[in-house]
This record gives sequence, structure tokens and C-alpha cells, in this order.
Amino acid sequence: MSTLTRAEFLADEAHRQVEGQEHEHHHDTGENTIFGFWIYLMTDCLLFASVFATYAVLYMNTAGGVSGKDIFDLKYVGVETAALLFSSITYGFAMISAYRQNRPATMSWLLVTFALGAIFIGMEINEFHHLILEGNGPNRSAFLSSFFALVGMHGLHVTAGLIWMVVMMLEVLKRGLGQQTVTRLNCLSLFWHFLDIVWVCVFTVVYLMGVAS
Amino acid sequence: MSLLGKLTLDAIPYHEPIIMVTLAIVGIAGVAVALAITKFKKWGVLWRDWITSVDHKRLGVMYIILAMIMLIRGFSDAIMMRTQLAMATSGAEGYLPPEHYDQIFTAHGVIMIMFMAMPFMIGLMNIALPLQIGARDVAFPFLNNLSFWLAAGGAILINLSLGLGEFAKTGWLAYPPLSETSFSPGVGVDYYIWALQISGIGTLLTGVNFLVTVFKMRAPGMKLMQMPIFTWTCTWANILIVASFPILTAVLGLLTLDRYLDFHFFTNEAGGNAMMYINLFWAWGHPEVYILILPAFGIFSEVISTFTGKRLFGYNSMVWASGAISILGFIVWLHHFFTMGASANVNAFFGVMTMIIAVPTGVKLFNWLFTMYRGRLRLAVPVLWTLGFMVTFTIGGMTGVLLAVPGADYVLHNSLFLIAHFHNTIIGGAVFGYLAGFAYWFPKAMGFHLNERLGKAAFWCWQIGFYVAFMPLYVLGFLGMTRRLNHTNNPDWNIWLYIACIGAFIIMIGIVLQFIQLYLAFRDREQNRDLTGDPWNGHTLEWSTASPPQFYNFAELPDVHDIDAFTDMKEKGIAYSRPHRYEPIHMPRNTAAGVLIAAAITAFGFAAVWHIGWLALAGLVGSVAFLIQRAYDNDVDYYVQPDEIAQVESQHINKVEEATA
Repeated sequence: MSTLTRAEFLADEAHRQVEGQEHEHHHDTGENTIFGFWIYLMTDCLLFASVFATYAVLYMNTAGGVSGKDIFDLKYVGVETAALLFSSITYGFAMISAYRQNRPATMSWLLVTFALGAIFIGMEINEFHHLILEGNGPNRSAFLSSFFALVGMHGLHVTAGLIWMVVMMLEVLKRGLGQQTVTRLNCLSLFWHFLDIVWVCVFTVVYLMGVAS
Repeated sequence: MSLLGKLTLDAIPYHEPIIMVTLAIVGIAGVAVALAITKFKKWGVLWRDWITSVDHKRLGVMYIILAMIMLIRGFSDAIMMRTQLAMATSGAEGYLPPEHYDQIFTAHGVIMIMFMAMPFMIGLMNIALPLQIGARDVAFPFLNNLSFWLAAGGAILINLSLGLGEFAKTGWLAYPPLSETSFSPGVGVDYYIWALQISGIGTLLTGVNFLVTVFKMRAPGMKLMQMPIFTWTCTWANILIVASFPILTAVLGLLTLDRYLDFHFFTNEAGGNAMMYINLFWAWGHPEVYILILPAFGIFSEVISTFTGKRLFGYNSMVWASGAISILGFIVWLHHFFTMGASANVNAFFGVMTMIIAVPTGVKLFNWLFTMYRGRLRLAVPVLWTLGFMVTFTIGGMTGVLLAVPGADYVLHNSLFLIAHFHNTIIGGAVFGYLAGFAYWFPKAMGFHLNERLGKAAFWCWQIGFYVAFMPLYVLGFLGMTRRLNHTNNPDWNIWLYIACIGAFIIMIGIVLQFIQLYLAFRDREQNRDLTGDPWNGHTLEWSTASPPQFYNFAELPDVHDIDAFTDMKEKGIAYSRPHRYEPIHMPRNTAAGVLIAAAITAFGFAAVWHIGWLALAGLVGSVAFLIQRAYDNDVDYYVQPDEIAQVESQHINKVEEATA
């Protein structure tokens, strides 16, 4: 659906350009931007892969301290995960609204997405806070170092995404849904879904396998 | 904690006369340059036309200037090490105390790889690649400017370490646990981390930028398998950049967490594993050497084909050999530490993979030989570098195959044999390639010729100096001398250390001659103008433009039907044609955003080194703020009007007609 609407949007956009309503800035760069952003995402994927590899090597090195089984609460993380997964769906709705040039709907869906992302980050900070209070901070063992680094790096990415989302909401509010704005929303969309996929891996490798082992 | 964090006046090394004299010279030179710029009222030009420029050709020139400045620094380190080792024989102490010497060999490695070779390679790529594919610029011109300033920011940090504090004493790899806080409590490793991290992000952005450029912005008609060979090898290098630099980012990030927040990734305590760092580091580090060498292979291919006046032999096999090298380059990293003690099967796998790389490399060498076969090779300076490379690099490659045998590696690991091997490939391969590219594209980028005689003299000094300096190191390796020794006490080694020192001085003469050559070229530039834009009878599109190229590169995007697109145009008689009318050209405007963002990030890096909280925060917030500001700047582009294009073009074509008449 979204590809179809994107095609419609681009056709529309071309039409409007012919009519001269859209000024000629940034013509033909949208496609390059999205392709470039894809390549950037692949580099980010490798960044995560490196830290995943580190986690895989170090997760058994608990140095006499806790292991994953002792500290992971699957129900809590399950809620956290649900919040992030739902935020991907709501971002999808935001994109559909953007292609349909529906500004209020785009704004509302972005707000919902932001709220879900904020819930995710809030819950993660809370989890970290508790772990550190209980003496299971990253300084305790190589396992905890790599746990905090992997989950924390994902959290930092989500936080960056949230800041970006605020900037995009201001842009939609002030400038509407021109081609450049939609291209940027598209990049953020890719980023957001990518972080979702990474989280699925984190949830599986760190939490599920951690509790199972 | 004070307002300046750990930074106090004690950070300035007053007690080190060598450093203080160096700083004085750098200071005087800096003031002299600043005064000269002021006297000739060039600050405005410098800011408007260079520092804020988004033109890939100018950024390319700036990258190469950066590389040359860092070459002086890196080579000074080299000559200091060689003289120290020639003096500190038979139990003598020499003139460099160990804690200073350790910083020097670390700085030498980091600077030569990250701040000399990388900027040189990226500079040549910037100058030539967009022109070769008939594009008007790169895909993201602003990002290109930002990349350059991030590289420069890293270089500034590493140079600051000379006068403020210290540099890492760990070797250029910064292996833990030595690089952890418990063994390296000073700021040296922190300078290392942030200089590499910041310039590495710049390199990563360059990789993304040029991949999009190559895949999306080729001239109409140019298929992928019609791209000039230099463009192809750069493309493979860029694929390697985007695939390997994130690993460097990650591993430096993990070391940062260890050092700043007391994590335990690579420490001896609490379950850390130092070998994880070493594996990750080389998973980046080995592809990195192919990032350096592949574009050099492309340069040699262009040079050989141009100066024999023939098509490149085996274009397809050249492209795929580069691809094979790129892929194999990713599965050999363990050969840097066979001695880790992995199982025999693991070592055998990585040994065999390493040896297999010699096959596609051999394919390339035969292609160059067959290109020369029955050609009329003109012995210009770029050709000399190429021939020197073909001999030197083959030797270096063969010693590499020897080191790839795990059994032999156990004997030679970390000996001077290894040092000789990788200098043999990096100097004889990458550096000779860049210097060939420098001589080849200099008239294109600057509009006038280099001095041919001095160029040849510089080549011979480099070539001879290289053998005199590094062949003894192979011998010393076999005699059991390990790397990073500060002084020695073995009379059998002395004579080889003396010879190596002489070799370093011969190379120094080569470098000096090269700078004299540059000076003479600038002095006599009016007599040595390149009027046609095609001084070598070139094959590819960059030679169809003026020298230096028009700021918009191509008035009309060329229509490409052949690998040697410009030769094809010349043969069909459609080169230098005057179209009836020109279309307006869409151009990006220069912007200060790149230099401001990079300055903020560099300030953040400096603050992180010295634990200056407020400055770190200001740098971080500043860089994001400048980025957002740039995103909402509407005045980012303009159109060049047809009248102006017509004027520039007819000027160029008139000159060509005058010169060829």
C-alpha cells in the first residue's frame, strides 16, 4: 500500500511541479537522498553487528556476578517491545497520511509515534536505573558491560530518532508536506523501522536467549 | 574539577627540547603564513572560495594539501626513529628517551595511514572521479565539505597532542590492555581515540557520498561496465569503506567506554577479553589496506593505458579482480595475529585465504604488462612511478605470501620482517600510486604542468631510498630484531641499521625535491599552462574539460558509448563541439555549515580528551544545532545562466583550437 501511495505521491508531485506551484529547489535529489540514507543505514547495521558480536563473545563472562537469567524480566521487556513495535505501525500511518498530503493526520500519527517511542525509552532508562541500583551496573562484569553497551546504543539511536521526530513535526507544522519534507519523513521512516528490526534482534538474542540459557 | 578539566600548564612539554623547537618552528611558520595571507588580502578568498567550498575539485586539492602537511609530520617521525636506531646501537641510549620514542612510532603509524594516505587517496578521488563519470558534482556536495573538515579536525587533534599533553605510547593499533586506563592513564590514548573517531566518521560519509554519486549520477549512456577503471577501483574501495569503518567506530567506542566509564570489554579484570578488540580492530584494519591500495591500482591502470596510447588490457578482469580482492580482503583479518593461538584449522583457513589474494593481484599485474606489450610507452613521471610500483609491489606481495604461512609467521610475527613487508606494499603500492596520480592529474587540477626533471629526480630518490631503507629491515627481521625497540645491543644488527638510516635520508631528499618541484611549478606557471585540458592525450572524460575544469564541469552532460569515452569522442570528431544553445545549470552554493559543524565536533573531541564538561556539551549541542540550521537553510543552490556558460565554453574551445592549430 505504501509503495503505491508513494508512487501516486510522486506522480502528483511531478504534476504540481509542471504547474509551477512547487518552486524548483532540490529537484531530483529526493531519490539520491533516500538511496544514500539506505547505504548509511547499512553502515549503522554493521555498527550494531560489531556490538552484537562483542555481546556474543562476552555474555558468559559474568565474573561471578549475575547472568541474564537473573536480571531479565520478560514481561517488562515485552511491554517495552510492544510499544516500539506499535510505534513502527503508527509511523507507517504517518507516512500514508503524508503521501495523501493530510497534514493534521500526519501530525497526529507522528505524535502517537513519538509518545510510544518515549514510553520505550522511559522504560529502558528505568530498567537501567534499577540494575545499577542493585549493583549490576556496566562496571560489574564484561557481560553487563556488553549488555549495557548493546541495549544502550539502541536506546541512543531511538533517542536521536525522537529528537529528529520533534524537528520533523515542527517542519510539517511550518512548511507543510512539500517534496523535501516528505523525503526527510521517508528517511526518518527508514531509520525508525530499522531500529525496530534491530530491537527484534536484541529482544531475541539478549532477552529471550538470555532467559532460556 | 577545574574549568579546564585535566588541562593545566604542566601539559606543555617544556622539558623536551626537541618538541619545543618543533613547536617554535611550526609557530613561526604559522604566523608567517597568516601574515602573508593578511598582506595579500587573501582571507576573504580563502573563506569564500576554499574553506566553504562544496566543489569536489577544490575539496580534492585541500585534501591533498592536508596529506602533504601530514606527510612532513609523519616523515619527521620516521627519520627521527631511523636516526635514533642508528645511534642507539651496542648499548648506547641515543637521543630519544623511550617514553618519547613510543609516542613517535605511534604517531608515525596513525598519521601515515589515517592522515596522509587516506586524505591523499580521497583527494585524488575527489578531483578525478566525478569528472570521469561525466557528473557535475558529487551526490551530496555539502556532505563532501563536511567530510573534509572532519578529516582536518582529526588531524588538528593529533597535532595538538604534540604541544598539549602527549600522544599514545601504544603503537598505532592501541592494543588493550596496554591502552586501558590502568596502563595508559594519560591523555595520549584519548587523543588517539578522538582523532581517529572524528576523521573516521568523515571517511564513512565520503564512502556513502561517492557510492551514491557513482550509482546515480553517471553521464547518460554510461553503463557500470563502462566506468573508467579508476572510478571502478574507487567504487570497490568505497564499498569497503562503508562495510568496514563502522567496525572501527564500534571498537573505538567500546574502548572509550572502557576508559571513560570503567566498562570491562578489553580489561584484564571482570571478564574482559583483549583479543576481542584485536579481532574487531583488524576486521576494519585489513580492509583498510585494500581501501588504500585499490584506488592506487586504478591510477596505475589509467596511467599505463594513457601513456601507451592503448586501451587497457582486460578491463573486465580488472574490475572483477578488484571485486575479488575486496571480498577476500574481508576474510583474512586473523593473519595479523596467527600467534593468538586459534586452532590449526582456523589459522590454515586464514592463511589460505591470504595467499589466494595473490591471484587477483597477479591478474592485475599481467593486465598491466599486456597493456604495455607492443605499446609505445612514454616515460613520463607517472609512468616511472608505475614501473617502480610494479617491481616493488611484487616483492612486497611475495613477502606477504610468505608471512601468510602460519608456521613462518610464528617466527616472523612482530619482527622487522613484517615492518619491511607492509612498508613494501604501502609505500611501493599505495604511495607510489598516489604520487603517480598526483603527477598525472596535477595539470588537470591546477591548470599548469609540474617540473618534469625534478619529478624524475624525486622518483629516483624515492625508489632507491626505499630499497636502501627497507631491504635491511627484512634482514634484521631474519636476524631476530623485533619492532618498536628503542635501542639495541647486538653488534650483528648495527650495519643494517646504519644502511636503513641512509635509505631514510635518500627518501628525504626525494620528498624535498618534490616540494621544490611544486615551488618551481608555481613560480613558472605562466610558461607551463595546460591550454588544451588534455595534456596526455587522455582516454577518459576528465580530459575533455578545461584545466582547471569549469566550475560546473560539463556544460552539457556527455553522451557515453565507450569505456574510453573521450577517445571515442575524439575519434568520432565530436570532441570540443559547440552546441547551439546551453541549458541553465543547477549548482550548489558554498556553505559555512560544514566547517562549523566539524569545528564543534573537534571542540567536543578536545573537551573529551581533557574532560572539560562544559566544552564537550557545547560542542555536541553546537554540532546538532548547526546541522539543523543547515537543514532549514533555503538558500542552498542557484542556476548558472546560458550566457555565462557560453562565454566560459567558447573561451576554452578557442584556447584548444589555438593550441592545436
